[in-house]
Amino acid sequence: MRPAWATGRGALSTLAAPALALLIALTVSTALLLTVGASPGATYLTMLEFGVRPDSLVSAVNRSTIYFFAGLAVALTFRMNLFNIGVEGQCRIAALLAAAAGASLDLPAPLHLAVICLVAVLTGAVWAGIAALLKVWRGVSEVLSTLLLNYVATAVIAYLLAEVFAADSVTGSTRELPPSARLPVLDGLLASFGLSLPAGAHLGGAVLGAVVFGAAVHWTLTRTLYGHDLRISGLNPAAARAHGIDPRRMIIVTMLVSGGLAGLAGLPDLLGNTYRYGLDFPSGAGYTGIAVALLGRNTPVGIALSALLFGFLERSALILDIQGIPKEIVTIMQGVIVISVVVAYEVVRRVERRRTARLVREETARTVASEPVGQAS
Amino acid sequence: MSPHTPSPRTPPPHPPSPRSPSEPGRSPLVELRHISKRYPGVVANRDMNLVVRPGQVHAVVGENGAGKSTLMRILYGEEQPDGGELLLSGEPVRLRSPADAIAAGIGMVHQHFMLAENLTVLENVILGAETSRWGLLDRRSGRRALEEVSERYGLDVDPDVTVEHLGVGQRQRVEILKVLYRGARVLILDEPTAVLVPDEVRALFDSLAGLRARGLAVIFISHKLDEVLAVSDHVTVIRAGTSVGDFATSEADPRRLSRLIIGGELPAPATRDRTGGGPVALRSRGLRAGPVAEATLEVARGEILGVAGVQGNGQSELIDAITGVREISAGSLHLAERDVTRLDTRQRRRLGLACIPEDRHRQALALPATLWENVMLGSEDLRRRGRWRVDRKAARDLTRELIARLDIKAPSVDVPAAALSGGNQQKLVVGRELSGRPAVLLAAHPTRGVDVGAQAVIWELLRDARDDGLAILLVSADLDEVLGLCDRVQVMLRGRLSAAVPAAELTPQRLGRLMTGTEPEPAGPVAGAR
Repeated sequence: MRPAWATGRGALSTLAAPALALLIALTVSTALLLTVGASPGATYLTMLEFGVRPDSLVSAVNRSTIYFFAGLAVALTFRMNLFNIGVEGQCRIAALLAAAAGASLDLPAPLHLAVICLVAVLTGAVWAGIAALLKVWRGVSEVLSTLLLNYVATAVIAYLLAEVFAADSVTGSTRELPPSARLPVLDGLLASFGLSLPAGAHLGGAVLGAVVFGAAVHWTLTRTLYGHDLRISGLNPAAARAHGIDPRRMIIVTMLVSGGLAGLAGLPDLLGNTYRYGLDFPSGAGYTGIAVALLGRNTPVGIALSALLFGFLERSALILDIQGIPKEIVTIMQGVIVISVVVAYEVVRRVERRRTARLVREETARTVASEPVGQAS
Repeated sequence: MSPHTPSPRTPPPHPPSPRSPSEPGRSPLVELRHISKRYPGVVANRDMNLVVRPGQVHAVVGENGAGKSTLMRILYGEEQPDGGELLLSGEPVRLRSPADAIAAGIGMVHQHFMLAENLTVLENVILGAETSRWGLLDRRSGRRALEEVSERYGLDVDPDVTVEHLGVGQRQRVEILKVLYRGARVLILDEPTAVLVPDEVRALFDSLAGLRARGLAVIFISHKLDEVLAVSDHVTVIRAGTSVGDFATSEADPRRLSRLIIGGELPAPATRDRTGGGPVALRSRGLRAGPVAEATLEVARGEILGVAGVQGNGQSELIDAITGVREISAGSLHLAERDVTRLDTRQRRRLGLACIPEDRHRQALALPATLWENVMLGSEDLRRRGRWRVDRKAARDLTRELIARLDIKAPSVDVPAAALSGGNQQKLVVGRELSGRPAVLLAAHPTRGVDVGAQAVIWELLRDARDDGLAILLVSADLDEVLGLCDRVQVMLRGRLSAAVPAAELTPQRLGRLMTGTEPEPAGPVAGAR
């Protein structure tokens, strides 16, 4: 076989699909802008100009940490052909309990944060674990159960807020977290690189957490037996099973870890922005996470990049309303990106498969021709 | 290999004449000439020839995996051949899709019915080929056409009953009607009797006689010899992707046929003197698991026990039950002296069980994963040493060593397993399973679909491992392999394992008869007694 199989071509095809997807998305958005009577060139330029302002960039990065955690949670399950559609519910119920726990405890700063994180991770894991158990015990499709558990989560949250955690509150939310439970801002870190931010913009401490967790997930996926088993289970469940990788155990562990990561996705907002959980807590990140995971091809680095892209798009959309262009165009753009990603990966996969088949055919023809027909020894 | 062993995949010494003299003078309806088809890593068909004449039931027989279904998919337009020619009534054609095939008068009755349960027979038959009048469904003309077809071929079914109320035999009849309704002159029946009870089989054969009398051509795919002899006019035998025999059924000798199907005419790999059996390493008593009705066997250290049988008699399920993929419902399984009946796959592998699965692509390898990842998958040794970590260096080193030692043609250990040819993939699998120095090896069709060179290497590996004291359970349908490698043989027929017979007492002829059930099983000593 030829050495072309090695890394060079692999990297190329890894980039080919997202590039193709973005190209399709850009074409569709352009067509869309033309139909609503806006100039595509001007619109993109406006978005870009606004989007690369330092305060915009910081805001985009902050936003992207949420998508990054949600994307990681979804991607982990995608890797073994499971679909955790319930990141949204896991994330929100985890944020509520974390907020409640954080407000009711009085601990020194690092410990306080750690306990809150732990509560969030455990809550998310438990919520996702319900779906895992249903699947393992009763064969209930996790697509359905995680999705439906989102609605259950909404109802449970409304109940807990009204009756337990915010019963005596005028704002309808949990009590505000004390300073010891808030994430530090990283402006000082930026300053040490000689960067200063305009007033009012802060780089959230969650970014550091995202980097740490991203590295940890990457390491787990590539360097641990669990990561290996996860990969093989996704690529060929029958082979995994035949070699002693218990599919039920893998489903449970993976859903628990995914739920834990989903639990973390609510924390950047809670610990760096709102400091309390109420009915107005930002929502929707769990669903965006599905798109982010798809675009990022289920690898931590890819997810980081696609989370940044989504954060950037959302931030730069804010300028559109001022310009009289409906900012929903960006939401449509994100949707189109996701659909194009699916299409583009399929296209690239088919091209790859055909290439592989051809290579192998040539190779077979060559070996068959050169194979001695008679005695082997 | 020892010098007196010729290559096992050379053609049989006396190939049957391609055209027997009793051939009726009618010109062929279908002709396949020198068809070849390759899938990545596997040659599914090579130089395949088939001539089907009108007014005939033409049986295509061969083992599972011999290439029958690929050939039929090509004829039905589902696959494109890589080489060769397809002629219909003497005209070369290209069928790009089943729609093309149907338009050309070729119809397929799949083994698994494709009927809408909640629709009536009539609705099912006309589905997708509806006639319409002014844009409205014209049931009346559809019904008339169906009744006509049904009467002409003597296929009686009530057109208004919903399919869910029909039995299997009747459903099959609806499938046949569906095909005839679309004007087929050539019918392909894929293992039609597999789902039928004996009475229904008889009814089907009557129907086929009706079709034949009307001048249609029926291609009857099967691996059951008795049925083929009962119903067909002509037989084509397919083995290892190529047609190896073609003659009128009246001239077919059942023994010769069975030898052609399972390859008993080929010389076997040289037997080697046994070093003598050690203590029992694998033992099952009255094992029951799904289609496996009763399996009692004992494999000693330093011994190869063969489980011979025509595919589909429960061998795959037996292997799955021993590896722990399939649950054991009764009986016991011991590894060495340890009862492992209730242990899971991982625990059994830790106790020294290794397996070469019968389907490389399904159970042995994750094709998109790299070679070293695949080695990692099956190496208990690497897993144990790494504990919870993946020791990439150790995995790569082991893979490199396997590649060098077994002469696996691979550019590096980081290419996907899919990039290797079938033979090289299989060598990797065998090498991997042996690398952990297991106590018991299950080898299911270890050389199926691999080239001659790899076959020789794999046989050699198995023999060496046996001589080193490994207990091997070899499942195979290849007579050469069974007789050449095994020390003792048990035959699996309809889910039951026969008593063990020393390989030295078996001839290919006798084993073939045992496998097809034409000779009662040996009333020898109980399995395991040596």
